[in-house]
Amino acid sequence: MIGTGILKGMAVTARNFVGSYFEKDRLITVQYPEERTPLAENYRNFPFLIYDTDDAEAGLRCVACKICEKECPPQCIYIIKSEDKKPDYMGKPQFYPAVFDIDISVCMSCQICVEVCPFEAIKMDKVFELSRRERFDALLQRKRELSKSNTYYHSICPTEAAEVDAKLAEAAAKKKPTPPPAAGSAPAAEPTPAPVI
Amino acid sequence: MESLEQIKARAEAAVPGAKIDIVANPGPSQQSSLLIDNEHAVAVAKLLRDDPALRFDFCSNVTGVDWLDRTVKKTVKVKKVVDGVEKDVDETTEEKLPGYLEAVYHFYSMTHKHGPVIIRMRTADRADGARLSSLTPIYRSAEFQEREIFDLYGVRFDGHPDLRRILMWDEFVDYPMRKDYREPDDYEYEPTPHDDVLEKAKQHYSPRPQLDGAENITAQQQ
Amino acid sequence: MSATIQTLEPAAEQPTRLPPQMTSRLDGELLEVSMGPQHPSTHGVFRMNVALEGEIVRKLKPVFGYLHRNHEKIGENTSYLGSMPYTDRLDYFCSMTNNWAYALSVEKLAGIEVPERAEYLRVILAELTRLQNHASLLGFLLSDMGAWGTPLMYAFREREKILDLFESLSGSRMMCDYMRFGGCRVDAGVDWMKLAKKIVDFFPRFLDEFENLIVENEILIARTQEVGKLSAELAINAGITGPMLRACGVNYDIRKVDGYGFYPRFKFRVPLGEHGDTYDRLMMRVLEMRESIGILKQAFEQIPAGPVMNPKVKIRAFRPPVGEAYGRIEGPKGELGFYLISDGGTNPYRYRVRPPSFINLTVLEDLCLGHTVADVMVILGSVDIVMGEVDR
Repeated sequence: MIGTGILKGMAVTARNFVGSYFEKDRLITVQYPEERTPLAENYRNFPFLIYDTDDAEAGLRCVACKICEKECPPQCIYIIKSEDKKPDYMGKPQFYPAVFDIDISVCMSCQICVEVCPFEAIKMDKVFELSRRERFDALLQRKRELSKSNTYYHSICPTEAAEVDAKLAEAAAKKKPTPPPAAGSAPAAEPTPAPVI
Repeated sequence: MESLEQIKARAEAAVPGAKIDIVANPGPSQQSSLLIDNEHAVAVAKLLRDDPALRFDFCSNVTGVDWLDRTVKKTVKVKKVVDGVEKDVDETTEEKLPGYLEAVYHFYSMTHKHGPVIIRMRTADRADGARLSSLTPIYRSAEFQEREIFDLYGVRFDGHPDLRRILMWDEFVDYPMRKDYREPDDYEYEPTPHDDVLEKAKQHYSPRPQLDGAENITAQQQ
Repeated sequence: MSATIQTLEPAAEQPTRLPPQMTSRLDGELLEVSMGPQHPSTHGVFRMNVALEGEIVRKLKPVFGYLHRNHEKIGENTSYLGSMPYTDRLDYFCSMTNNWAYALSVEKLAGIEVPERAEYLRVILAELTRLQNHASLLGFLLSDMGAWGTPLMYAFREREKILDLFESLSGSRMMCDYMRFGGCRVDAGVDWMKLAKKIVDFFPRFLDEFENLIVENEILIARTQEVGKLSAELAINAGITGPMLRACGVNYDIRKVDGYGFYPRFKFRVPLGEHGDTYDRLMMRVLEMRESIGILKQAFEQIPAGPVMNPKVKIRAFRPPVGEAYGRIEGPKGELGFYLISDGGTNPYRYRVRPPSFINLTVLEDLCLGHTVADVMVILGSVDIVMGEVDR
């Protein structure tokens, strides 16, 4: 009989309408921003730089090796390596990035910089509410804005951060028996085998 | 599926005068190809499609490749008398190979479910009006892809029913996929801290734009 | 098979389903209309120049390039690894299958082995991608037909759950950038597997409802059956692939033919259509989703533990040996292939994408001739195009 197909469809619509009041599966949207779904631990948005301890300058893990700058597919990272070396938080003299910029209007959140970094210095952030008043505000993220502490990293990705810490501790333990490197040589001349994250 | 040599022999027997070479592929993929001369390409393709043992009725992929002019340096050890003593001296000869544009076709058989057979055609040079025979009359699926090669590489396909630019606009003059293509310098300014734009980006660097309190509203961390 | 070579001139007289008084010719000329590029039913920025006689399409020329960014040139100027996130942006509905096709080609090019668990994960993710692509396509198609909103929202609701899965695994809903040469980037945990199983188990209920909603609907049948018929000969000759080809009754599924990945280990059937019309193309998607669910269930049972990445593969400064390779997979939209030529450097010498929806548009004119303007939208919807891939 003509019209039965339409009636069947109407029944489905009615079931979905009524069901949306009772079943979570039928109404999966939330009322943002009052309500929020928890972010997945792997969620990634834009990169940030990690520093150990509380000192954002000395604790910065980045040694300006420029690997991420080279590998970044859309070329959004811009680094100027320091001329001099400054002691890091352990007192070891290190190069540091004099300028570290990420143009987040170009960044496509692919996390290749995170994968290629041999020093676990750059990780993906989860902040996504980045709107600003003006068009060009905060497009260019500079070192000061990018640096975030390891504690913060632990707060956004607890499992992954613990793994990274364990890996770094293991690498540090391995290094100890060997005689301390001549003053001034960059650490980890042999980068760790491809960091699998 | 028949081996590439058998296909070559079959094609040479069926299409008199066809010059077919096997282009070896040194990589691990084992996908060697047949180089077919321009005049007999249509006849060979028709044979590949219609021969009951081959039946490559599905032309999957048509690609243009640009090979630039290149010089190949060959180093040969030559015995020469230097200062009265015979010595082995390396002698380097340079050979100039002209560049060409290439169209690569990947054929599969939907009837026999085998493949691929890869055939290539090469133009004589990289000039603007470089010509190849179109396989669109044999394989309709080459229609848009040959147009794309014409658009991006500048190969003119003889026998193509509707050879126009497809992805670039009609007024565009150059061929952007060629290796020696240089893009015109007509960018609009974008704040990118890179290369030529760096200087301009620095103007945005400092002083910071006036603070209006909006930056104090931070996202709530979870 | 004697392939019919279609000229671009319209056939002499196309059969129409309109009453005769509406098809009677006026003495006027054809009316040229530019449809698109900004139109919700063109699935992006796609334009068609149509010549109309009354409401009947007599000529149709697709116009591309509004989203052209020369993806292939970008690929030639980027390292092998750096192209991976760009492949997400080809067909942005199916980034997982795009990743897989590219990874497969590079693995062929360099002769890389993939660990077992990674292969299973790839199958799982590709089939999930197929589910969400087909579901949302059906929604869009119905939306084009005038079923505004409801089916699309139901489809998007299910798609959302799958996208959440992708997000919790890879970090991003649509731009997954998940696969690597020689494996996958991260392993899927136990919780993820549980959640995925739950969603897959739930999916048939959605399919049943969706079929109830559309399959017997008289309006849908009137709008789709006998509309945009494609013959098997023309489909093969024009290189049509994917569900659109199988709707014409040609049994050609690359999962079966090439047996890439671990597909030979799974039992599944290849649904085939009979008429090659829009209705068959639509139903093909529904049936394929059912088969995908079967594959997913088998994969969840069979998946072994183990590494997901081949440890021998270098991530950085990856240089495959000199050579070329063409790798292809059965994407949700058809045969997605990547053709790579390596000169031994860090960047590919030639990087070519074989975009299925671009080549499937070859026959758009043949499908639309003799139909009304309103049917053009339905036919275009059933081809399943994404402009990110068509224009590259």
